[in-house]
Amino acid sequence: MSRTALLLLADGRFPAGGHAHSGGVEAAIAHTSVHDLDSLEAFCRGRLHTTGLTTAGLAAAAAAGCDPLLLDDAADARTPVPALRAVARRLGRQMMRAARATFPSPELDRVAAARPRGAHQPVVQGLAARAAGLAPVDAARAAAYESVGGPTTAAVRLLSLDPLGASRLLARLSTEIDAVALAAADAADRVATEGLGALPSASAPLLDITAQQHAAWTVRLFAS
Amino acid sequence: MNADTQLAVPKGPFKAADAGESAGHPHGVRATARIRATYNGRVTTLPQMHSDGPFHLRRMRTGGRGATVGIIGAMSAPLGGDRLALDITAEDRAELEVTTAAATLALRGPTTAPATYDVRLTAGEGASLRWLPRPLISAAGSNLHQTCTVDLAATARLLLREEQLLGRADEKSGHLVSRIRVHRAGRPLLDQHTAYGDPEPGWDGPALLDGHRAVGQLLLVEPEMDAEHDPVLLRNGTHDGCAVLAPLAGGPALLATAVAPTSSALRELLDEALAHALGA
Repeated sequence: MSRTALLLLADGRFPAGGHAHSGGVEAAIAHTSVHDLDSLEAFCRGRLHTTGLTTAGLAAAAAAGCDPLLLDDAADARTPVPALRAVARRLGRQMMRAARATFPSPELDRVAAARPRGAHQPVVQGLAARAAGLAPVDAARAAAYESVGGPTTAAVRLLSLDPLGASRLLARLSTEIDAVALAAADAADRVATEGLGALPSASAPLLDITAQQHAAWTVRLFAS
Repeated sequence: MNADTQLAVPKGPFKAADAGESAGHPHGVRATARIRATYNGRVTTLPQMHSDGPFHLRRMRTGGRGATVGIIGAMSAPLGGDRLALDITAEDRAELEVTTAAATLALRGPTTAPATYDVRLTAGEGASLRWLPRPLISAAGSNLHQTCTVDLAATARLLLREEQLLGRADEKSGHLVSRIRVHRAGRPLLDQHTAYGDPEPGWDGPALLDGHRAVGQLLLVEPEMDAEHDPVLLRNGTHDGCAVLAPLAGGPALLATAVAPTSSALRELLDEALAHALGA
């Protein structure tokens, strides 16, 4: 089907609620560990190869037709803090609404009925890609790109960074994003023979800890 | 012709010995130690205590119904190329605690190939298993792939603590790749993979460690735990170390994740987290 569907799915303007989340960069900025383009790039590189790889694997597996409810359990096991599970499910619910309107499919309907409070967002993203006729590696690419695109956009707003520099940063990361997407799709391929343990579970300790800290803030610009 | 025959004879055993040595030396040590604990209706007994390679097992003196085993390092390991495994089982209703007497030091070996260290923990119905090793130190130039695979019955209890120190004092970190997978009653409870040290991209950056050199986890699985637990935040900054203790989604379990500048700060955070977990 149309590859343009990938552009639609990965577009920040796709009405799935992603713009309200900073991917942990708001907390990193508050701790002054992200303060300029270089530290933002280090943050993004770390997030891409951890959370980015893990979500890309889940998205690719959902796009490949793995059982989405088992993938949702696998996503829970890969998300040890409640704040990030709540965010993943809220974003999943919002993406479900947009995906069902954009790429209607009985598979999306079934998961929406089974997880009324929202399935994990990458699982829904993978199902949406599948409904749009995209390949697992495309779903992985959308998830991997989003894992750094979200924080970059948020950091530009929070730190008033040069948007041209931020764009250059994303371009510099693009070969790594491709590599992560390919690794994720390869892992999704191996689920049939090795089980869900074949999917990446790369984690980042500070993203987990600071996400839970951030959820307790009373004043914040982003929801996560 | 006679000389040829004579020459040919010693070649056989010599070749065999050579092959045996190459399995042991240039490619590293292969060792699997096993501990199996059972409950005899009165106390926990240890029908299997199999020391191997660098793992020397010793039963510690304890009172009560539980058993405690100490693992004493019998050689410097793991070195690059080593293949080490620990297989620890607490059968139904057994109470087993396993500790290590000293820190485990991953060192650069005769090859740059990774060493592997696989820990398998199994706890049956009503069993209690505590795995509380001393820290793992990833020395500069070392390369270790570690796994911890845990299989719990629905009514099993578990306490697990893992501490990783990246580099000895003021040296670069080695390359340390770890994966922990915990299943409870056949369902996934926790699956995490971490990778620190060069050449891992972004490992020391603000999303992962932000310069910290000590990282650790504490996992408590307690079937009788109350369902609702609010997450506990320990230290609100990140520069002097911080931790979160929070419930997992897939069962009655609490996980603490901590990062700290030093091993003592890390232990303090994990001890505090444990006090919260047990008091909760």
